[in-house]
Amino acid sequence: MGGVLFALVAVPVCTAVLVMLVPSRYPQLVRYLALLSAGTQFALSLLVFFAYEFDGGRGLRFGFRLDWLENVGFLGKHGISLHLAVDGIAAPLVMLTGLVIFAATFVSWNISYRNKDFFVLLFLLVAGVFGVFESQDLFFLFFWYEVAVLPMYLLIAVWGASSNFGSFVRTKEYGAMKLVLYLVAGSVLIFVGIFATFVEADRGTFDLPVLGQVQYDSDFQKAVFPFYMIGFGVLAGMWPFHTWSPDGHVAAPTGVSMLHAGVLMKLGAFGILRVGMTLLPDGAVYGAVSALAQTDLKYMVGYSSVSHMGYVLMGLATMNDIGVNGAVLQMFAHGAMTALMFTSVGAIYDQAHTRDMTTFGGIAQKMPRHSAFWAIAGLSSLGLPGLAGFIAEFHIFVGTFRAGYYWAGAAGILAAAITATYILRMLARAYFGPLNEQWENLREMRLGEQFAGALLIAFLLFMGLWPAPFIDRISDSVANIPGITS
Amino acid sequence: MFFGLIGVFACVASARFVRDRLLHAGEYYAFILLAVVGANGMAAASELLTAYISLELLSFSLYVLTAYAKFDLRSNEGGLKYMLLGAFSSALLLYGIGMIYGATGSTHFGDIGRALSKDTGGIDEALFLGLALIMAGLGFKVAAVPFHMWTPDAYEGAPLPVTALISAISKSGGFALFLKLFAEAFAPKIDDWRYFIAGLSVATMVLGNLVAIQQSNIKRLLAYSSIGQVGYLLMGIAALSPESGSALVLHMMGYVVTNLAAFVCVIIFYNWTGKEEIKDFAGLRDTAPFLTWSLSIALFSLAGMPLFAGFATKFILFQAAADQDLLWLAGIAVTMSFVSLYYYLVIIKEMFLGKAEAAVSMPVPWVEYGALAVLVAGVLFIGLYPAPLLDWVDGSTADVFAGVGQAAVAGR
Repeated sequence: MGGVLFALVAVPVCTAVLVMLVPSRYPQLVRYLALLSAGTQFALSLLVFFAYEFDGGRGLRFGFRLDWLENVGFLGKHGISLHLAVDGIAAPLVMLTGLVIFAATFVSWNISYRNKDFFVLLFLLVAGVFGVFESQDLFFLFFWYEVAVLPMYLLIAVWGASSNFGSFVRTKEYGAMKLVLYLVAGSVLIFVGIFATFVEADRGTFDLPVLGQVQYDSDFQKAVFPFYMIGFGVLAGMWPFHTWSPDGHVAAPTGVSMLHAGVLMKLGAFGILRVGMTLLPDGAVYGAVSALAQTDLKYMVGYSSVSHMGYVLMGLATMNDIGVNGAVLQMFAHGAMTALMFTSVGAIYDQAHTRDMTTFGGIAQKMPRHSAFWAIAGLSSLGLPGLAGFIAEFHIFVGTFRAGYYWAGAAGILAAAITATYILRMLARAYFGPLNEQWENLREMRLGEQFAGALLIAFLLFMGLWPAPFIDRISDSVANIPGITS
Repeated sequence: MFFGLIGVFACVASARFVRDRLLHAGEYYAFILLAVVGANGMAAASELLTAYISLELLSFSLYVLTAYAKFDLRSNEGGLKYMLLGAFSSALLLYGIGMIYGATGSTHFGDIGRALSKDTGGIDEALFLGLALIMAGLGFKVAAVPFHMWTPDAYEGAPLPVTALISAISKSGGFALFLKLFAEAFAPKIDDWRYFIAGLSVATMVLGNLVAIQQSNIKRLLAYSSIGQVGYLLMGIAALSPESGSALVLHMMGYVVTNLAAFVCVIIFYNWTGKEEIKDFAGLRDTAPFLTWSLSIALFSLAGMPLFAGFATKFILFQAAADQDLLWLAGIAVTMSFVSLYYYLVIIKEMFLGKAEAAVSMPVPWVEYGALAVLVAGVLFIGLYPAPLLDWVDGSTADVFAGVGQAAVAGR
């Protein structure tokens, strides 16, 4: 079964190469190739999630190893190897990635400007995301991490849109450059952390399971954990390093925003969990307080994505099983929900060429399905029971209170209430009420977009109504992380 | 053999350029071959005078080649500057060799090493002076800060294929000698010079990368970026160990292949348009997609991005330095390669986003494209599967370190 994980990385890379070879006068062929590949990835990722229980093994499933460099220089046995395996935390996130790329392909169907280049970069990005979730080797985890970050620059700068906010203008070049520089600056810290860990462990390998067995000196853990925490935290949108996120998201094309807010930001939180907390639990206890310090109100309500990632970080900071379970659940819930939101936003932007919500009014009359999608995403975001967001946020808040961070938990709940206010107000203003004549000619979303939206909603409902498969897998692996209390 | 390959690529890349823009093609190729001989000699030398003569052979060929565009003022200026400073540094080097000979009584690397490891007393002034002079002389050849002044002018002035050749062969030859000399001869005194080299390395990468941000001419930009790369390579010397030695050679190979790819791209572009400012690359994606993607790959590789050579080789090199208690140096190096990403992205941005002023129909130069394709394949190969190369390099550095390896360990 290990081949499945390898295929999940290989399929997008091969698609990228294949698409590159298609002459650019066949844009339709490019689209069908992309769809075929994304469908395959989705199917494989479903397989990883649902076959998880049936593949024996302790903690890690579907192990796969391809030695890359070993027994040379400072590297010993399995020094650097493409070691892929998933645990219960990675499995739902792999499925999320498959889901979002499948949906994003439908949403990006109409891109006509150099659509070949677009899909090449998009699939490289996805290969990077799958790679990070699956890697059990520190070198390759970082390798895929950078592969996922790099294409963002061109994806945003070439296919993105500049925005005029009245008092100031944010060009897409600015958003793209800011995003890439922030994320690569974060990876500088991760780089240093990796070097330090490798030297300290002195096992001649970057293999994560091996590095995980090493007892690191407590002072070392406290010194190095911040490198991982801040380095990955930049991508997770951690305050005060989150400012790239709104600029980047606003500028990015829809399909890329879906992947980016939906999946890529999860890489940051996942990295903190997989590398920081697993290898350096002592450091994590120390760092938890600093993570909670940033759950202040302004930050929570400032930007929806940033605030939801704030819940994830809050859940991680609790260091108890319920809270960390909740954090992983929230990663999935937020991923599917944001993808749905960007699908709807993109659909309306394509026609209206503005995202300024104040100019809309009564859109529900013209685009009933679009409005329904938007409403469902919004309701999941504010934590309506029955949808995925509720399950996740409930876990996180319970975990926070149990860890004794009462004021942080209270602030989080208050922020959720404020989220409810702005979501409902926006629904009332833009979607219901009298129709603004300016938008007389709006048409319903394309069929592909509707399909993508329906698929995402199906998963939001799946997790909201029957979270057991998720919680089974996640809690199984969370219990194995050292330093997590029950 | 590696140097031979560089020579072949330099010749292929030069062909069209030479035909169009230079006189005396015959001598031009002869000088390239002489430079290759010089570099081979430097890598193979195990005696100071042989090394010196090979180095001069290499340098003189390059001086002449730099000034080869006889009717171009910049070429003359660059050649003159290169030659004057080069002669000065050769004098320093020769003086240093004299000092070392005086202190140890030998010019053979192995004998110097043995003499130094026996000498357990304090540092001998003559020896220290000799060491410093040799470092300055070699530092000049590989363009380490503060001996880098000639680089931007020579790079800008020299005919483009020559620039490519200088950046590839003068650095790889210089570092081959650097590594061999310090591993075989000076390893016993490592504690005396390690932090000096580490300091050079920091100065080189910081200055090279920061100044590169300001450049608007692509040759000058590549000149400063190559200075930055020298900073990374010096780390391999500062962290002197068999691991860092092979990491250095591996990074050198990755860098040379990548840099040649970048220069071949620039040469092709220059042959078409006769321009070399970064803003002239605007909109290249529409006119020459293959060239754009190749140049992007080369630049991303120079910045140390994964899938390409730069990531794998830099990672191994930095890790080797971190292994020798030089984590801080590795930290600075990573930060600086982050800085370098910015100015590479600026070029990439121009190519993908800029608007070309006028659509020029460009003839497809198949020979150059072929060379470029091979180089890009090399960049990807080193980036994705460096194992065979590293095994091979490891074998040869093991030989270099074998002789005095034990002595070095004992001396520490």
